[in-house]
Amino acid sequence: MARRSRLHIPRHHSRPGEEPDFSYLETSPAGAVPRPDVNARVRDIGHLSIDLVRVLDDSHVAVGPWNPHLEVQDLQIGLRHMLLTRIFDERMQRAQRQGKTSFYMRCLGEEAVSVAQGMALRPKDMLFPAYRNQGLYVVRGRPLVDLMCQLLSNTRDMCKGRQLPVMYHWAEGRIFSISGNLTTQFPQAVGWAMAAAIKGEDDIAVSWIGEGSSAEADFHHAMLFASVYMAPVILNIVNNQWAISTFQGFAGGEQRSFAARGPGYGMAGIRVDGNDFLAVHAVTQWAAERARTGAGPTLIEHVTYRGAAHSTSDDPARYRPKDDYEKWPLGDPVLRLKNHLIALGEWSEERHAALAQELEAHVIESWKEAVQYGTLTDGPRLNRDLMFQDVFKEMPEHLRKQREQLRTEQGV
Amino acid sequence: MAQMNMIQALNSAMDIMLARDPNVVVLGEDVGYFGGVFRVTDGLQRKYGEHRVLDTPIAEGAIVGAAIGMGVNGLRPVAEVQFADYIYPACDQIFSELARLRYRSAGDFWAPVTIRTPCGGGIRGGQTHSQSPEGIFTHVCGIKVVMPSTPYDAKGLLIASIEDDDPVVFFEPKRLYNGPFDGDANKPAVPWSTHPKGEVPDGYYTVPIGKAEIVRKGTAVTMVAYGTMIYVCEAAAKALGIDAEIIDVRSMVPLDTDTICTSVRKTGRCLIAHEATRFSGFGAELSATIQEECFWDLEAPIGRVAGWDTPYPHAFEWEYFPGPLRVAAALKAVMEAA
Repeated sequence: MARRSRLHIPRHHSRPGEEPDFSYLETSPAGAVPRPDVNARVRDIGHLSIDLVRVLDDSHVAVGPWNPHLEVQDLQIGLRHMLLTRIFDERMQRAQRQGKTSFYMRCLGEEAVSVAQGMALRPKDMLFPAYRNQGLYVVRGRPLVDLMCQLLSNTRDMCKGRQLPVMYHWAEGRIFSISGNLTTQFPQAVGWAMAAAIKGEDDIAVSWIGEGSSAEADFHHAMLFASVYMAPVILNIVNNQWAISTFQGFAGGEQRSFAARGPGYGMAGIRVDGNDFLAVHAVTQWAAERARTGAGPTLIEHVTYRGAAHSTSDDPARYRPKDDYEKWPLGDPVLRLKNHLIALGEWSEERHAALAQELEAHVIESWKEAVQYGTLTDGPRLNRDLMFQDVFKEMPEHLRKQREQLRTEQGV
Repeated sequence: MAQMNMIQALNSAMDIMLARDPNVVVLGEDVGYFGGVFRVTDGLQRKYGEHRVLDTPIAEGAIVGAAIGMGVNGLRPVAEVQFADYIYPACDQIFSELARLRYRSAGDFWAPVTIRTPCGGGIRGGQTHSQSPEGIFTHVCGIKVVMPSTPYDAKGLLIASIEDDDPVVFFEPKRLYNGPFDGDANKPAVPWSTHPKGEVPDGYYTVPIGKAEIVRKGTAVTMVAYGTMIYVCEAAAKALGIDAEIIDVRSMVPLDTDTICTSVRKTGRCLIAHEATRFSGFGAELSATIQEECFWDLEAPIGRVAGWDTPYPHAFEWEYFPGPLRVAAALKAVMEAA
């Protein structure tokens, strides 16, 4: 038969009703990937973008050159942050189901990405998150009440009622405003990092996107500028396998890893087990030191799995097997760190249950406080005049007129 | 004071701001070593270094995206988009990000970015080097939109834009770079040295954003225009011997409605002119506002002159361009109506 061109349509390995199949996932044994010097040349470390950096092995022991040798106390803090993030998510999901807020997005299964990275960075490093990085807020200590008030668009909403739930920001905590448009923050993070270098400061910028939105032009813009100017930035692709219903094959993940786009642009690329708290922490430290010492940017691909629906408006049972997440070969990040601490003799089921109970109570207490300041439907409401503020620094005449018109319309 | 063309005036504005404020940076395609395809950034990199005047890859979305991040980190970036016709890849960063950052973060984050971009026709640039897309930007909430028509205003408005904490899209009518142009391509080019607004102070000064200017006092009709069309309006009114009051809008957002409407109430007649295409052009906003504010003072329907609603055609430059013939015909209609 004559050869001819053909169109390849990426197909997911398992669909609803089928057995989960992750045979496409290429992994490396824990401890197997060498750790190069932070100043290594990009051409000498191409393997990092193809292999999978892992530290925790199947018996929950930390092994190999990437072991960050964290203090037990830090591991326990990491576990606490991840667990709090998960409990917070569960509670907010329920609040949405009860009609208290319009929308929510959980990060189930991806907690290690934000928590380990947040802990590996310095407080002054500037974070440009996507919408599934709530763990960064937990690490940097923003009170949950503040996040809840944003979710409720109430009188203490940091966004003054202008943003969808989850689109937080925190200037003092150095966490940038979440746009809601995907990947736009990527070139902005690079610009922020370029400015830090221009000013001679050693803060770095860090940004996150999903593998699906790496298809956006802004991804390529960010990669190009980061590599051309060797900007002190860490660019993260959280490859959770799913962009709503579209699996990672449609973002270009079938032929080559997402991390391999780093070397393609002339920058370091690392593929890491995103559910391995220690591995994520270690590669982040490596990339941060590399950025801070002028050796350039790093693209990190976190191989993980979106355990929950895309958002409260999504039903994943329509496009993937129900038990997909339970069969994910890289396990659960909370469970893996918990088991590691138990293996170290520094944790137990009893302590874990007690911690979960304590955090649950904390979330409930915070929620009780937050709803006092109003919800989308009940209680005190934001002043509607706020709608017209902050479009510009000073309100121009035409907006003053419109504010007056609304006041009249509302009989104020 | 010095004689400057618009290129030198814009260059002087950036020179002054780079010297006054260490946070000002200039970035864009060809702006550094080469000094810009129109020479607007000539000599700035030599003077201020490669870290303050940056050559960039050809990626307008990245130029604006990076400028936003720089702005968030305390710099005052002046980004050049080489032609307004090339600005569309940057539009998501401008519309969804730059324009709304202050709003969506309740004032906690903002980016004082100025985007300079040459616009307009009359240079045989065809459909990719002649567009006037200012109206698209005026429809976006949260960005200021300005267009100067003289070297004096160009420098003063650019300094004001760079100092402004809100983002500004700064359109430069490139047919005016080297001299005023009344729309008649058969006449010899006129240099700025023949025009009083070619006299430009050497040092720092600003022209406030949000203020229109009455460039010619008159009583018979109000002509509202900006950029190149100011000179076309002057020529048309002169040819017909009509005592027109001519207003240079200068700043589309925020719009100086008072100056415009005070004039129309006085004259009772109004003609609006811009190079940009007519349908949903900025003239429609001007016309609607004037109608709402001045209806009982109007003696005739408001007239509108614009580019035809086609892409800008290379071979029909002067049939397309809203030159003195089209403006004069429209002016005559406004004067004779009612």
